[in-house]
Amino acid sequence: MLIKLTGGAVYDPASGIDGAKQDIYIQDGRIIDKPAGECKVDKAYDLKGKVVMSGAIDMHTHIGGGKGNIARTLLPEDHRADPVARTDITRSGCGHAMPSTFVTGYRYAEMGYTAGFEPAVLPINARQAHMEMADIPILDKGGYVMLGSDDYLLRLLTAKKDQKAINDYVAFTMQAAKAIGVKVVNPGGINAFKFNQRKLDLDEQNSHYGVTPREILQVLATAVKELGVTHPLHVHGCNLGVPGNMNTTLDTIQGIGGLPMHLTHIQFHSYGTEGDFKFSSGAAEIAEAINRNKNITIDVGQILFGQTVTASGDNMRQHANHKHASPNKWVTMDIECDAGCGVVPFKYKDQNFVNALQWAIGLETFLLVDDPWRIFLTTDHPNGAPFTSYPHLIRLLMDRSFRNDMLATIHPEAQKMTTLASIEREYSLQEIAIMTRAGAARLIGLQDRGALSAGNWADITVYTDNADRQKMFEKPDYVFKDGELVVVDGKVVHTKWGTTHVVRPDYDVSVEKDLQKYFDRFLTMKLGNFTISDDEITEDGRGSLTVHPLKGSVA
Amino acid sequence: MAEITEVPSPFCGIGTDDLTIQVDGVLLKMVKNGCAVNTPAFEQAITDTRPRVDGKAVSLDVAVAKAAALLKNTNQPVIGGCATDVNGMRALLALADRSGAVVDNMNFTGARNNFLALQDSGWMNTTLAEVKNRCDLLLVIGTDLEGFSPRFFERYLWNEASMFLDDTGKREVIYLGKAPSGNASTSPNGHKAQVFECANQDLPDVVAVLRALVKGHPIRVDSVGGIAVADLQSIADKLLAASYSVVTWAAGALDYSQAELTVQTISEMVKDINNRNTRCSGLPLGGKEGDQTANQVCGWTTGYPARTRFSSGFPEYDPYLNDANFLLSNGEADALVWVQAFNADAVPPSTNLPTIVVGRSGMTFAKEPDVFFPVGTPGIDHTGHAYRMDNVVAIRLKKLRDSGLPSTADVLNAIEQAL
Repeated sequence: MLIKLTGGAVYDPASGIDGAKQDIYIQDGRIIDKPAGECKVDKAYDLKGKVVMSGAIDMHTHIGGGKGNIARTLLPEDHRADPVARTDITRSGCGHAMPSTFVTGYRYAEMGYTAGFEPAVLPINARQAHMEMADIPILDKGGYVMLGSDDYLLRLLTAKKDQKAINDYVAFTMQAAKAIGVKVVNPGGINAFKFNQRKLDLDEQNSHYGVTPREILQVLATAVKELGVTHPLHVHGCNLGVPGNMNTTLDTIQGIGGLPMHLTHIQFHSYGTEGDFKFSSGAAEIAEAINRNKNITIDVGQILFGQTVTASGDNMRQHANHKHASPNKWVTMDIECDAGCGVVPFKYKDQNFVNALQWAIGLETFLLVDDPWRIFLTTDHPNGAPFTSYPHLIRLLMDRSFRNDMLATIHPEAQKMTTLASIEREYSLQEIAIMTRAGAARLIGLQDRGALSAGNWADITVYTDNADRQKMFEKPDYVFKDGELVVVDGKVVHTKWGTTHVVRPDYDVSVEKDLQKYFDRFLTMKLGNFTISDDEITEDGRGSLTVHPLKGSVA
Repeated sequence: MAEITEVPSPFCGIGTDDLTIQVDGVLLKMVKNGCAVNTPAFEQAITDTRPRVDGKAVSLDVAVAKAAALLKNTNQPVIGGCATDVNGMRALLALADRSGAVVDNMNFTGARNNFLALQDSGWMNTTLAEVKNRCDLLLVIGTDLEGFSPRFFERYLWNEASMFLDDTGKREVIYLGKAPSGNASTSPNGHKAQVFECANQDLPDVVAVLRALVKGHPIRVDSVGGIAVADLQSIADKLLAASYSVVTWAAGALDYSQAELTVQTISEMVKDINNRNTRCSGLPLGGKEGDQTANQVCGWTTGYPARTRFSSGFPEYDPYLNDANFLLSNGEADALVWVQAFNADAVPPSTNLPTIVVGRSGMTFAKEPDVFFPVGTPGIDHTGHAYRMDNVVAIRLKKLRDSGLPSTADVLNAIEQAL
């Protein structure tokens, strides 16, 4: 079947196309060049006056894994306010802060998203992450496996094992957990919490291992680079939410010594201690450091006002934050000598000084970082806000007068503590397309996604141009996934199953010998039962694996 | 004849995966590391292999058509049991969504004690590997732990090596409420557990006093539920002195009214201890016969645990009103689907309603159901996934033999398609 999308304004940053009117042809799920000679178009869509982008990619969203399911179970009252009924083609479920898996897929697709990446896959919980993501329709998915507080790695560091040993372990774990990236959360901090440490600065030692977060970041960032994994080490830094943590963040950027590093939900790590409330914006200094250090990428983790739930691997910081729980109930877990998690419901309020300033800090960050290829649009779903708030966030970035109107409604002391009103920048459609499509695909290392040139998979979103960018982005006219029309006028019309994106870095199999001994002595599962087989993803006939290439040769 | 090693068990809840099982055709024999729970569960013989309609053997297609016909015009079907693997639960929820059924896991009334506490105030919990390596004091409340899980102590407390304890034999074990049924809690060097017995109905008072003592509140009586307050003070002192204490209970063993308040008091006490400059974690027991699996899969599919109805076209959770037994006895249901792929002895509740049973081969009935599908057991007859008690770890179940029996998912998907 040959499909033709005629005459839309195409925003395809990967190909350097910025709003040119172009036709797009789709065949067998992929975009193709205009067929030579006469050819029969089976289905044509007239896209005059429409905006065409590739399907959006959320590079950091908590859509699969145990902590999300704890968050769901914790909040029946939130689900009751947003029931989703079954239709002839869609399953029932619930929405709002932490939607059910099926609703997650539908609502992402209905906003023009075609892929989402779970950033915190605990190796021991990776099965669950993949099983949940297997029940998310339409979207492609993938995960970053979490390391850095696992006792095995810390033992390697204490034993002064060389970088090769670390690399082998990281590669083994990526393969066993079916990951496309590596994340570290509060490096070593989740582990330190188990030894009753309640905070861990960048150069503070784990009381048992004597290892510091700085060392953990160094070896993991090196491993990711040397293994040739495209996505740089994905870092949720130390001291999340702590006033003054901007210095830790600046120190983290300096300390990595030029290695590629992605700092996630940086808004939560950009706080100063100035002013009457000893809480101020560090966004300007952080943005300056990012502009200067080309090895650094970030996503923002914007907060938006309202009820949500925070779900994080960082049980140390989540425990400290539990006094802000709203409603007042929360969960933390220590997990399998592997990691941990913490789930704390939050209600961000525009009349709360801290929340209001957090909102402004996120927006300052978006607007002060120059290079849209190195910054990504996230709310750290659901931690800053549910992903369904993205169209609103896009309007805040693209529409200065709207932004300033909103700014005028927040806590007055917070208004005084932000430079937001003076920032004139408005994001262009091309910059939005970079942040949410081309840049994300490049950052994760997705081959044949996030672009509209021939050869790419036909993940395509069509919007009606509208000065109200929120209205525009919340209701695409059409969404195609792998060439199949899945959404019309912001409603799912057809469902399918996406693929799971992974990489497979090589490792020396001798690492398994040592791991086997470790598993037998200290863990609760046999190594052979820990490793996730390909069958587990594909055996139900819906799932598939897409393996992406590594960068260059292994160092 | 083959011997399969590193076999994981979906039966014991603690994720045992070091079993060696001999397979001879469809006969299984536990060769290594069996226990009172796992050995009979694996070795149980296959009896029925063909579905029955009204007691007569029929083909799978005929049985599926009959089941679909029975469900077609119902107003309020109930799907009970819900004891199966992840794929079985996926299919079960798809069928429930399509037929507007109530879904109710058979162990939910026990598990409700945990869910109500979780959904009201939350908790701080841990998992088995943390217990194995860190736990220096285990407090068991209201539960016969080795009766629940015979190999718990051997695998997770008296393990030879631990990363953070010099001698696992020096761990302390304290029972509060129920006394242990055997000696598994006695350490390898002969150190016995301390036992402070009380009646189940006194546990709310006893646990409340223990929490008060942990918080340093004065107690004006000398004993509670027959336990000296001085003894409870010694437990509180030990909890505060330990580096990584663990408090465990089985929600189903707290079989008295409003036991969720006991779980809540325990969980809040654990939080209190963490505010007193040391670490402590809860460890709720469970995970047998797919109960955690049912709640996990229902959790991500609907947002709610596995006592949820679809009769309005969308999921509605009610931990009381959606009780299958309550609905059946109240005349609020008009058909029963019973799903139990693990335990042939767990038969459906007695009812005169049209009944479809998707059950482990070997299940026998006082009253023949309208349709019976003998199905394979996850982890024996087909691969699958099941959750362990600590809810984080899903184990990959192996296929051990070729029995030809369909899986729960095969049968339920076929019925859903036929609708």
